[in-house]
Amino acid sequence: MRNSAIAVTGLRKTFGDKVVLDGIDLDVRAGTVFSLLGPNGAGKTTTVNVLTTLMKADGGTVRVAGHDVATEAKAVRASIGVTGQFAAVDELLTGQENLQLMVDLSPIRAADGTRIVTELLERFDLVESAQKPASTYSGGMRRKLDLAMTLVGDPRIIFLDEPTTGLDPRSRRTMWGIIRELVADGVTIFLTTQYLEEADQLADQVAVLDQGHIVAQGTPDELKRLIPGTHVRLRFATAAELDAAARVFTDSTRDDEALALRVPGDGSSDSLRALLDKLDEHSLAAEEFSVHTPDLDDVFLALTGHTTEAVAQ
Amino acid sequence: MNTQRMRTKSHALVMLRRNSKHITRNPTSVFNAVLMPIIILLMFVYMFGDAFDVGVDYIDYVTPGLLLLAVCYGLSGAAVAVNSDMTKGIINRFKVMDVSRGAVLTGHVIASLVTNLVAIAALIGVALLLGFDPSASLLDWLGVVGMVVLLGFAAGWLTVALGLAAKSPETAGMAAVPLVMLPFFSSAIVPAEMMGQGLRQFAEYQPFTPIIETMRGLLEGAPDSGDAIVAVAWCVGIALVGYVWSLSTFQKRA
Repeated sequence: MRNSAIAVTGLRKTFGDKVVLDGIDLDVRAGTVFSLLGPNGAGKTTTVNVLTTLMKADGGTVRVAGHDVATEAKAVRASIGVTGQFAAVDELLTGQENLQLMVDLSPIRAADGTRIVTELLERFDLVESAQKPASTYSGGMRRKLDLAMTLVGDPRIIFLDEPTTGLDPRSRRTMWGIIRELVADGVTIFLTTQYLEEADQLADQVAVLDQGHIVAQGTPDELKRLIPGTHVRLRFATAAELDAAARVFTDSTRDDEALALRVPGDGSSDSLRALLDKLDEHSLAAEEFSVHTPDLDDVFLALTGHTTEAVAQ
Repeated sequence: MNTQRMRTKSHALVMLRRNSKHITRNPTSVFNAVLMPIIILLMFVYMFGDAFDVGVDYIDYVTPGLLLLAVCYGLSGAAVAVNSDMTKGIINRFKVMDVSRGAVLTGHVIASLVTNLVAIAALIGVALLLGFDPSASLLDWLGVVGMVVLLGFAAGWLTVALGLAAKSPETAGMAAVPLVMLPFFSSAIVPAEMMGQGLRQFAEYQPFTPIIETMRGLLEGAPDSGDAIVAVAWCVGIALVGYVWSLSTFQKRA
């Protein structure tokens, strides 16, 4: 277990009588990206809060960088960096002042501090806006500044709580690039996300969190094997039509409640044409026709039998 | 332990610098803290002053009361500032960086206190221009400054606690409203004896009245030690409650 950057056993956390984390086990090897995947309300932020010493666990043990978060919080804090769910930048300070604030609060010497601030501004492409207040920054720039602030003390374990939620696709890709650079430097990353694609792009290991339980854990490829592939969803007007269609498409799965049928297929024009021809051949007409590629909803449906929305409520 | 204390001290300085930048860059808080009390002074002296018969020149009566009001007006800014630090995750960032809780909160209290002193200086300046004629000795003035600092410190800790406990910056601003309103129901504007039943008792026994009467006594050059003792006791009590409440909320909320 020497290589574990984060080791969690039997972690439990309750708020009042609501159980938020119900016995979580995680093991994150040093120098890898670990992604905790789950919908809103699954307990991702609570997990991060406990792992980063912000909250006390009600049960179980958590070791980060070899230190127990409950008894050696100081040592844990010295080795980690945290970027929370909301960009925690000081809006009334400029980008440069925000970074300088982090330097002033860390044990870094003043001379090194100036160099570190300049380097981070360059690295995160914030030089031009360095003298402007953070309140004028776009969402993507704030996230970058937030992460830059986290990197001031050169932490070896970084927690990123939904680092790309609310970002446009371009900023999201920039953020992914930055995370990859960190990993190349040997930093361990603990990343929470709602996006399967993000976990797929970045993570070596993924754990799926659902209502306080880890329901699946493995590499992105292992997880994807658990998920139904691309499929076409056909919705019918009547149960009789659904029955008829289900007899035609024998490899399909049916959803009686929605009067819908999921037909596996690769989404290519050929397979779609074949499917439509088959419908014609049997004089069947679908009310609604849509092509689905697997997403977090599918992971959840496959792993837990309910969708992400059901959890969020 | 010694290095720990030095770290806390330097962190508090960093925080104070940060909070002072906030105050100067946020015109609304400056307006509320410094200009509002002056506007109220002008309003009461020129508009209502002649309507109240308080036995002395109205400006001499009302200025000590408005000193207290000026302290209270500065507070809502502090409550909002503390709360946005909490709700925007900045306090969590500091916690994870092992910045001492004392430094984060003390920074806010001291910044609020400095705003108070600026507001008080401005208010006294304007009052003097309007004919405020205190008969205080140097020692009495020191007493007034001491009282203002003690009040600002006590109310500052209570405000920080309110700010930490509030759900959002908006409710934090609201939470400070009672502190802003309370001076109106004290002997700040008119003597308590002139108020109706019920209100009069409230005004007589609420904490701000002895504080105002202490300052009034000092500025008239005739301090009343009875008032002063009650005033100081209230301030120490409020400061303690605010301090303990702040620390426990700071610890609990993540």
